[in-house]
Amino acid sequence: MVTGSDGRSETTVSRRWFTAAGLSLFWAAPSRAADPVILTFDRLYGSFGVRGLTFSDLVLGNLGRPVTLTGYMAPPLKAEASFFVLTREPMAICPFCQSDADWPVDIVVVRMRAETPLVSAGTRVTVTGTLEAGSKTDPDTGFVSQLRIVDADFRRAG
Amino acid sequence: MLLRTALLAATVAAGFSGIASAQTIYPIDRAEILAGAKFDLKVEFPGAPAAGSVKVTIDGRDAAEVLGAKPVIVEKEDGGDLTAYWLRDVSVAKAGRVEVTATAGDKSKKVAWEVYGTPKGRVAKNVILFIGDGLSVAHRTAARIMSKGIVEGRYGGELAIDDMPAMALISTAGTDSIVTDSANAMSAYTTGHKSCVNALGVYCAKNKNTLDHPKVETIGDLLKRKTKMAVGVVTNSEIEDATPAGVVAHTRKRSDYNDIVKMFFDVKPDVIMGGGSPFFLAKTTPGSKRADDVDYIKKFEEAGYTFVSTKTEMNKAVADGKGKILGLYNTGNVDGALDLKYLKKGTVSKFPDQPDVVDETRAAIATLSKNPDGFFLMVESARIDKYSHSLDAERAIFDTIMLDNAVKVAKDFAAEKNDTLIIVVGDHTHGVTILGTYDDDRPGQTPREKLGTYADAAVPNYGPVDAEGYPTNIDVSKRMAFTFASYPDHCYNAKPYLDGEFVPAVAGATKGTYVENPKNCDRPGAVHVTGNLPFDANSGVHSGDDEVLTAIGPGSEMFRGHKPNTFVFRVMTTALGLAQ
Ligand SMILES: [Zn+2]
Repeated sequence: MVTGSDGRSETTVSRRWFTAAGLSLFWAAPSRAADPVILTFDRLYGSFGVRGLTFSDLVLGNLGRPVTLTGYMAPPLKAEASFFVLTREPMAICPFCQSDADWPVDIVVVRMRAETPLVSAGTRVTVTGTLEAGSKTDPDTGFVSQLRIVDADFRRAG
Repeated sequence: MLLRTALLAATVAAGFSGIASAQTIYPIDRAEILAGAKFDLKVEFPGAPAAGSVKVTIDGRDAAEVLGAKPVIVEKEDGGDLTAYWLRDVSVAKAGRVEVTATAGDKSKKVAWEVYGTPKGRVAKNVILFIGDGLSVAHRTAARIMSKGIVEGRYGGELAIDDMPAMALISTAGTDSIVTDSANAMSAYTTGHKSCVNALGVYCAKNKNTLDHPKVETIGDLLKRKTKMAVGVVTNSEIEDATPAGVVAHTRKRSDYNDIVKMFFDVKPDVIMGGGSPFFLAKTTPGSKRADDVDYIKKFEEAGYTFVSTKTEMNKAVADGKGKILGLYNTGNVDGALDLKYLKKGTVSKFPDQPDVVDETRAAIATLSKNPDGFFLMVESARIDKYSHSLDAERAIFDTIMLDNAVKVAKDFAAEKNDTLIIVVGDHTHGVTILGTYDDDRPGQTPREKLGTYADAAVPNYGPVDAEGYPTNIDVSKRMAFTFASYPDHCYNAKPYLDGEFVPAVAGATKGTYVENPKNCDRPGAVHVTGNLPFDANSGVHSGDDEVLTAIGPGSEMFRGHKPNTFVFRVMTTALGLAQ
């Protein structure tokens, strides 16, 4: 699913540093109304490995702040969607149909501000909302996510 | 890959079984059971008769008495309209025909089992079971053409997977369907019982909880319970995926990955290698897919395993003589041979030091063969199937060549002494075929214009083959038209996918439908292909064709003619003399 870019080119965050940062991971101070920070899938992680991943400085520095991220909308669990998954590449499979077993690791869960008609997974969308990190289990679906954009809107990407 | 259609089929089957009025007995009629192997005997009495009114006998005697277990009878089990009768964890010691009768009032149902022994005792010290997931005849032929070349109708050599004395045609149907999936298919090999789509090490009863269905013992369970043999499970899929899970798992639902990791830990195969690390990480670790706080890497380390995450670490652990190795080399599937060795696409940039299946096989054999009591090793080349689902011919064929290289490693090991049974088999087939060649020198741009059939097909011109048997150039002017019988809507240009695995279809705006991936429609010469599968299919599907099994070594002579997939378990356990 993932092509090209190498997460390692980002500033590597040491595990020790990350753990310390983890204490304040859930919410950083929200900024005043400001232009959203532009994130890309290539810049979400400081390191990416078998033993887990660490968020990039860019992510850690913008928790609780408005961000935008462009990717592909993966099929949601329910038709009335206030919740979908943003992936780096279009997803052929529909893991949600069974479980979260087949998802790539570097997905971002998007919680919409309001229920919105969805678009095909082959369409690139740009999501704007508030960045949130840390393990969270969706109470309705049991879906475990590590990185979320909440209170979000999306538009078709150009 | 978990197929939506497969899951749907299972749901439908489960729905129908509710209508049946006769009792259902598990293990089912005509089950072949290894003497001494454990299983759960379950009878479901429809209409929820009172516990005191149900009776289960074996050859006319009370079943509980015969099997020496205390029955558990549950009226309205899981709230359903049935009474369940359970004898858990029982076995039959003596070979022969066993008749089980279940009676409630005037309703009676009878099944017969064949319990078989292994009277010749152990003839093989080691057993190595190679699974080419989805491996079909055209994969073998295509791998032979690419790897060995063909001149005037004769190949430049034999594949290791073909060059074996024993051969059989294997049928893969399950209890529910003529077409099966990798869970049910592997379960037949590892337990000797046929079951249904998505199930591992269980019969598909009416239980609500996926972990409550009647269990049958796997070869992993058996070997760890009854012998001192070492056990290895090696794949390039996620280690929790159906085929590797089949060695240890008992669940109605193959996607119970969190539970399957625990089942690996409970059985403790000595060598465990594959991808899928997120299910080993506590949920507090970013990148985890667990729903709990258990750190399974730490648990395995505490249990004496050396954890390795790269090929270099793996080879060092082997060189250091470690006896127990847990190797997880990717968060998802380990990259296939084409990406790993040549194109460097997929996740190779993130995981640049992954072993391939051949490296894993070499490491596993070196580690396991130190055990004086012998070993059982399962090796899977998993992505033959995955790339066939995604209609990616070159990647599927490369991973067939990789399987062949891994089998060669095992044959070289076994050649020293005649004490190792090696079996090579698919688990189900794909509708794949070699139609001819695509020739860029033919006029026109589109696949139909490029396709040469019969005499016009001639011979492909792949680049020279390297030391590992892979062609060094696949983007050639005349290439195999390796085609797929089943597909969703997609765009197709009959060229290899050099920029990464093909993604034929993506989810449509309407829930439960898939549409062509628009990215592919811009490729030069691409045409729109209307899918021939149900609209909820996102990729190619498995087929119900038989598959070819080849084998070598002591015990392999049992394979001949046409056999059910459960026979593979019978041959392995017979070669190891595993009956009491
Ligand atoms: Zn498959």
